[in-house]
Amino acid sequence: MNSIFSLAAVKKSYTGRLILDVEQLDIFNGEILAIVGPSGAGKTSLLRLLNFLESPDSGNIQFKDQPAGPQLPLDIRRQVVTVFQRPALLHDSVENNVALGLRVRGARDAHDQIQTVLERMGLQKLRKAHAWTLSGGEAQRVALARAIVVRPSVLLMDEPTANLDPYNIELIEKEVRQINQSEKTTIVLVTHNIFQAKRLAHRIALMLNGKIIELAQTRSFFESPQDARTRTFVNGEMIY
Amino acid sequence: MQIIWNGIIGGLKLLFTGDPYLWGILGVSGKVSGIALLISSILGIPLGAILGLLHFRGRRLTQALIYTGMGLPPVVVGLAVYLLLSRHGILGPLNWPWIPALFTVQAMIVAQVIIATPLVVGYTMAAVSAVNPDLRLQLQSIGATRLQISFYILREARQGVIVAIVGGLGSIISEVGSVMMVGGNIEGSTRVLTTAIMLETQEGNWDKAIGLGIVLLFLSFLINFSVTQLQGREN
Repeated sequence: MNSIFSLAAVKKSYTGRLILDVEQLDIFNGEILAIVGPSGAGKTSLLRLLNFLESPDSGNIQFKDQPAGPQLPLDIRRQVVTVFQRPALLHDSVENNVALGLRVRGARDAHDQIQTVLERMGLQKLRKAHAWTLSGGEAQRVALARAIVVRPSVLLMDEPTANLDPYNIELIEKEVRQINQSEKTTIVLVTHNIFQAKRLAHRIALMLNGKIIELAQTRSFFESPQDARTRTFVNGEMIY
Repeated sequence: MQIIWNGIIGGLKLLFTGDPYLWGILGVSGKVSGIALLISSILGIPLGAILGLLHFRGRRLTQALIYTGMGLPPVVVGLAVYLLLSRHGILGPLNWPWIPALFTVQAMIVAQVIIATPLVVGYTMAAVSAVNPDLRLQLQSIGATRLQISFYILREARQGVIVAIVGGLGSIISEVGSVMMVGGNIEGSTRVLTTAIMLETQEGNWDKAIGLGIVLLFLSFLINFSVTQLQGREN
C-alpha cells in the first residue's frame, strides 16, 4: 500500500516537555487508522503535526512524498482537514457553517454539494437553524459536514464522538465508513473508545508517553497483541 | 422649578419649530463627530483586530498604552492639540496647507479623533480576544488563509465592534473640553451641542440650553437603542 504520510524520528516538545517521540509511522492511502491511548499520550499533538498546524522540533514528515509542515503550499495543506473534539462553529446558520470550507476555497455555486452533505448528516431540517441552538451531537455533525464537504484526501478526527449519545455516534461512524469506502478518504481517528476503534479502523496504534507502543491490523491488535501494555489496554485496564 | 419647566417647554418648541440656530449647531456637531468617528473607526478597528489577534513582543505595553488612551481627559487632549496647532506651537509655524488651523472644524476633528481612537481600538481588541480561541485553529485546519481567519474572527466579534464604534461616538458627541479649547465655540462655525449648552446656561437662556440638552440626551438614547436592537437581532 502507498503511504500518504510517512513520519521518521519525529519529536515535539512543549515548554521543555517531550510530548511526541515517533520513531516511524506510515499512514496508508485510503485506510482508517485509529490512534488510541490514555490522555496526554501525544495523540492530539500528532494530529496537529499531520494537519500542518505545527512543525516538529526534529525529524521528518512526508505528505505525498513532500516534506510536510506549515510551509507547504495552501492547495496541498487544504487536502487535510481535522474534526476537533469540541467544534467551534461560526455565529451563523448550519448551512453557512457547512459552506465555510468551500467559501475559503473560493468555490461558487456549491449549493447542491452542501445540500447533499446536509442530507447525509441528517441536518437538512436544521439547515437554517442558528449554530448556537444546536445540541452537542448536532454541532459535531455540522463540524463533520463542514470537513467532508471539501472532499479532503485525509480526514483527521480528534475524539469526534466523545460525550455524544448513541444516535449521533452511529450517524458519525456511518459517515466515516461511507467516505472512506466511497471516496477513499484516508482517516486518522484519535479515540479513547477502543470499541469504536475496533468497529471502524483497519489498523490501530497504541500511544503512550508520546511513543507508538504497538501498531497492528485491528484483528491482531485485539487478538494477539505483541506488547504487554497493549494487552492491558485492550483488556480495559489503565496503563500509564 | 418654574424656570426649568419653562425651559423644557421652550426647548421642545425650538426643536419642533425647526429653529435655525439649534439645527445649525446640530449640523456642526454631526459633521465634527461623524467625520471624527469615521476616521477613528478606519484607524481603530484594524488596529484593535491586530492587537487582539497577534502575539508579538511589546503587545502588553501597547495594550497598556491603549488602555491609558481610553481614559484620556478631553481637556488634556484639547490642550495638546492647541499646543500642536497654535501659531506659536509645534506644527502651526510650519504653515503646511494640510495642517488645520486652530478654531476650525478640522482642528476639532483632530481632537475628537485622538479621544475616540483608543476607545475604538480597545473595545475592538477586547471583542476580538473574546472570540473562542479554538475557532482560529479550526479555521486554519479547514484551509483558511491568515486574512480569511482575521476576517471571520472579526466577523464573530462584530457585536463588540459595534459597541466599540458606539463607545467612540458616545465619548466625542458629549465631550466639551477639547472642542471648546480648539474650536473656540464660534457661532455658525465651530459651535457644537455641548459648547452651546455651556454658553446658553451661562447667559441664562434656559430654553435654548434645555432644548439642546434634550437633543443631546435623545441622540444618546437613539444610539444606545439602535445598538440594543442590533444586539437583540443578533441573539
